[in-house]
Amino acid sequence: MTPAGKPRNALAGGIAQIGACGLFLLSILAAVPASLRHIRETVRQVWFVGAMSLTIIMTCGLFVGMVLGLQLYYVLSIFGGTAALGTVVSLALYRELGPVVTALLFAGRAGTSITAEIGLMRATDQLSAMEMMAVDPLAYVVTPRFLAGVIAMPLLACVFNALGIFGAHLVGVAWLGLDNGTFWSNMTSSVDVWKDVINGLWKSVAFGAVITLIATFQGYTTPPTSEGVAYATTRTVVFSSIVVLALDFVMTAFLM
Amino acid sequence: MPDLTPADDSTLIRIRGLKTVLNGKTIFDGVDLDIPRGKVTAVMGPSGTGKTTLMRHITGQLAPDAGSVVVDGRDVPRLSRGDLFRLREKIGYLFQNSALLTDFSVFENVAFPLRQHLRLPEELIRNIVLTKLQAVGLRGAAELMPSELSGGMARRVALARAIVRDPMLVIYDEPFVGLDPIALNQVVKLIRMLNDTLGLTGILVAHEFSAVKRVADQVYLIAAGKIAAHGTPAELAADTSPWTRQFFGGEADGPVPFHYPARDYALDLGFPEARA
Repeated sequence: MTPAGKPRNALAGGIAQIGACGLFLLSILAAVPASLRHIRETVRQVWFVGAMSLTIIMTCGLFVGMVLGLQLYYVLSIFGGTAALGTVVSLALYRELGPVVTALLFAGRAGTSITAEIGLMRATDQLSAMEMMAVDPLAYVVTPRFLAGVIAMPLLACVFNALGIFGAHLVGVAWLGLDNGTFWSNMTSSVDVWKDVINGLWKSVAFGAVITLIATFQGYTTPPTSEGVAYATTRTVVFSSIVVLALDFVMTAFLM
Repeated sequence: MPDLTPADDSTLIRIRGLKTVLNGKTIFDGVDLDIPRGKVTAVMGPSGTGKTTLMRHITGQLAPDAGSVVVDGRDVPRLSRGDLFRLREKIGYLFQNSALLTDFSVFENVAFPLRQHLRLPEELIRNIVLTKLQAVGLRGAAELMPSELSGGMARRVALARAIVRDPMLVIYDEPFVGLDPIALNQVVKLIRMLNDTLGLTGILVAHEFSAVKRVADQVYLIAAGKIAAHGTPAELAADTSPWTRQFFGGEADGPVPFHYPARDYALDLGFPEARA
């Protein structure tokens, strides 16, 4: 193979992967009606990918909010505008940091777990066994995890935002002495529910869909070896992070 | 278009002119094979000869490159996914590595096909599952998780799951591997009993000729992509062809090469003068 042929093949392989992932998404959507028969499995997955991610989401939300509060208080104090701390922190969290950081944490916590679980099911013939028992693995295994990601992500982003604002309040009001009424009243008068909060939640829904799509696709198509599962898990984190940040830019441009 | 009418009603599976090439290697080159209804047929052959691949053709997991695979009057490679799933509901499959669902207990693994396809009262599901587990000697292990089972126990649970719906056809892929002599004897008896009492058709992929002799009505020996020998266990035991002599005699020399193709042994060991 010529040196120029390698990148061309890699590019063709990448495009083929994106195409295969698109077809996989269509298969998932087609399997949604059948997966409603396994609604308990979807609820179980919401618990696994959502409730089990709460600790990391809450802890990180709190610290991100505290750091934001500290940094913004310092910057705003230069211009004598510390009263705007609540507004700036909440807008940053609702519009960008909440959905994006939650998505990155979700990819690391739940995305990897989904890929590894489905990959090991592939490696140990559990998916083939389901096929042989006339149970569609797309409807029983993949779609419930996809739906769980779409449902859980906006809820986790809400929790992240709430803890972030609480962290900023701790630093700004309890520690640095900003007036409590000013913090809340400026925030509530400046934040628009539809433009800021709901648009941020739309982003979360899209990020949840993209991450669980990548995670399930990587797990479902992984070579049935321990090395294959390891690579697939790594690819889930890398691809999810890149796609989330790129999609965030695109969605921000359209939602502004 | 393959002839979907069985030669007579006693033939459950009819395979004609089967050709399969995987990764550039010819697995089957014109295999013809009949599986009679209500009998136990053993498929034997050297490792890597395509026995499991043949089972994958029969169950529609893999389409052949040429030839027909007709199961119960249906041309499997041409079936839609829905029709294939309807056919698979009548087939029990015991995987080589058991393939138990690791999230579920032994009980739930065996109950899984019942819960997915039938609306049965919980008490009836419980009775059916415990009956099947009793048959494989593991009723007491119903609450254990797959991670708590030995390889042999996992295989017996997988066997209970394969027969839980009393299917038309049961495919046993290496059912005797990892079983102690007591469990092996019981599994042999169970396969025979399922055939004798319920009239189930069985396909047995195995290497243990001593066990196969006790349970199988007929044996196909596959080698080099073709049917090397076919007959009752007694006929194959008495057969003097080079294939059967080598396989059942366990000899390294014969038509089936023991060694994977390689370059000269002396050259590999660094003694070129030995070949000079």
